[in-house]
Amino acid sequence: MAGTAAGGARRNRLAPYLLIAPGIVWLLVFFVAPILTLAQTSVEGHGAPWWDGYQRALSNYGTHFFRSFRYSLAATVLALVLGYPLSYVIAFRAGRLKNLLLGLVVLPFFTTFLVRTFAWKTILNDGGPAAWLLQQLHLLSPNGRLLDTTLAVVGGLTYNFLPFMILPIYVSLEKIDRRLVEAAEDLYSTPLGAFRKVVLPLSMPGVFAGSLLTFIPAAGDFINAQLLGGPNQQMIGTVIQNQFLEVRDYSLASALSFVLMVVITLGVVAYARVLGTEELA
Amino acid sequence: MRRLARWLLDGYAWLVLAYLFLPIFVIILYSFNKPAGKFNFVWKSFSFDAWLDPFRFEALFEAMKLSLRVAAFSTAVATLFGTLIALALTRYRFRGSGAVNLLLVLPLTTPEVVLGSSLLSLFLDVNARTGFSTIVIAHIMFSVSYVALTVRARIRGFDWTLEEAAMDLGAPPLRVFTKVTLPIIAPGIAAAAMLAFALSLDDFIITLFNAGSRVTYPLYVYGARRAAFPPQINVLATAILLVSLLALGATVVWQQRTLRQRTGSPIPLA
Repeated sequence: MAGTAAGGARRNRLAPYLLIAPGIVWLLVFFVAPILTLAQTSVEGHGAPWWDGYQRALSNYGTHFFRSFRYSLAATVLALVLGYPLSYVIAFRAGRLKNLLLGLVVLPFFTTFLVRTFAWKTILNDGGPAAWLLQQLHLLSPNGRLLDTTLAVVGGLTYNFLPFMILPIYVSLEKIDRRLVEAAEDLYSTPLGAFRKVVLPLSMPGVFAGSLLTFIPAAGDFINAQLLGGPNQQMIGTVIQNQFLEVRDYSLASALSFVLMVVITLGVVAYARVLGTEELA
Repeated sequence: MRRLARWLLDGYAWLVLAYLFLPIFVIILYSFNKPAGKFNFVWKSFSFDAWLDPFRFEALFEAMKLSLRVAAFSTAVATLFGTLIALALTRYRFRGSGAVNLLLVLPLTTPEVVLGSSLLSLFLDVNARTGFSTIVIAHIMFSVSYVALTVRARIRGFDWTLEEAAMDLGAPPLRVFTKVTLPIIAPGIAAAAMLAFALSLDDFIITLFNAGSRVTYPLYVYGARRAAFPPQINVLATAILLVSLLALGATVVWQQRTLRQRTGSPIPLA
């Protein structure tokens, strides 16, 4: 009797490991192992010293890295400026329309990412509706362009990752106890003061998650730069894709990819530190 | 003054929503365009041509079929794997669960171009030919995390003593699973499977690296910028949107109905 009980307990202890095994093995083989292979490929010099790939990556494509981070930072800030007020309105002012509005935020993203970006190309095209309108308003010179500009690329990135900003912010706003806001107002805080001292700090986890979920995919994206930008707007993703699939200089391509991953990981950690200490203060 | 501020805030929110819908409006509008040349980027005249003949371009049709097959395979496997992980994380306290959580989040905080290129370097390293199976492998890899995290969020905080109650009443384990556990977790699994399917159907960057000579729907659209961009692309994009809308509506109705049936009152979903 005691033996079976012990056997049952042992089975129970094994159970979670059996449950996670298939998925975790899959991730180890097709996510972790590939990253290690990438690292290994990046230091295969083929006659040259091991750091050759990295040296060429940083000396030849530093501008691309820099540009990618600049664009995705701009897109993240824009997405925050556009997304926070919308999340706020949905969480605090939408009432019964809340679920409908959330559905409306997600709905556009059920059409194919690439087709959406082509739609922006149609809108921003030379002689297209946006350029025409701005030229009528004399905000754009008669031969000025919208396509192939930094603005177009940053706008495209902002658009594509906006729901990743809106949803986490919405979730953190939704969790806030409304009585805290009422308490602040009872204590003679102005609405703006209550927002600044109560709502904004409590929504910071959402801002943090949303910023990361926007910044990371934006930094690695190359579709917006390729379709909406010109040769002067190409991002690091374009180079990685080109080196891997066309040029097939694998040690350079892997070095580029690895540097991108490391820089983003360091950025994430630093960002978590900064936001964490601000919350403590 | 305060009222004006609220009006401005609401107006701003509506403008952002309009921005979100602008390209969708363009996609639908241009599915009714009859372009002058091969590229459907400039408005010419209204026509139903593309809608009446959506499968005119065989390569596009084949690409769509491939995408649906990949999505079906990868969703089935990823939903199973992800759900098992979510069950383990919510039902058991075990050593290493922190590492499991980290391993689930990391693929989401790694740029797609890194995921795609690293997987390709693994396939190159072992001399695997890229094609249908490598696309499916890649899609399962990025879907498992989404499924596990979605299912976990949906079933966390549920009262698992119901299972014990069923066992105390003499139900065998399999019956407990089909009659108690499965009905509880089914809506969460359905939501996660839909997400995985949508992500697979839409994935471009990771697929580009691992597709070999196979062409999925997003890859076809990507290639179309050089050869020809027919309005049929817009027709299919609009059709995907309509189908997702229907599926979304159906699951919401179903979830609310099962919740009402099982518990008598809605339980928190997130």
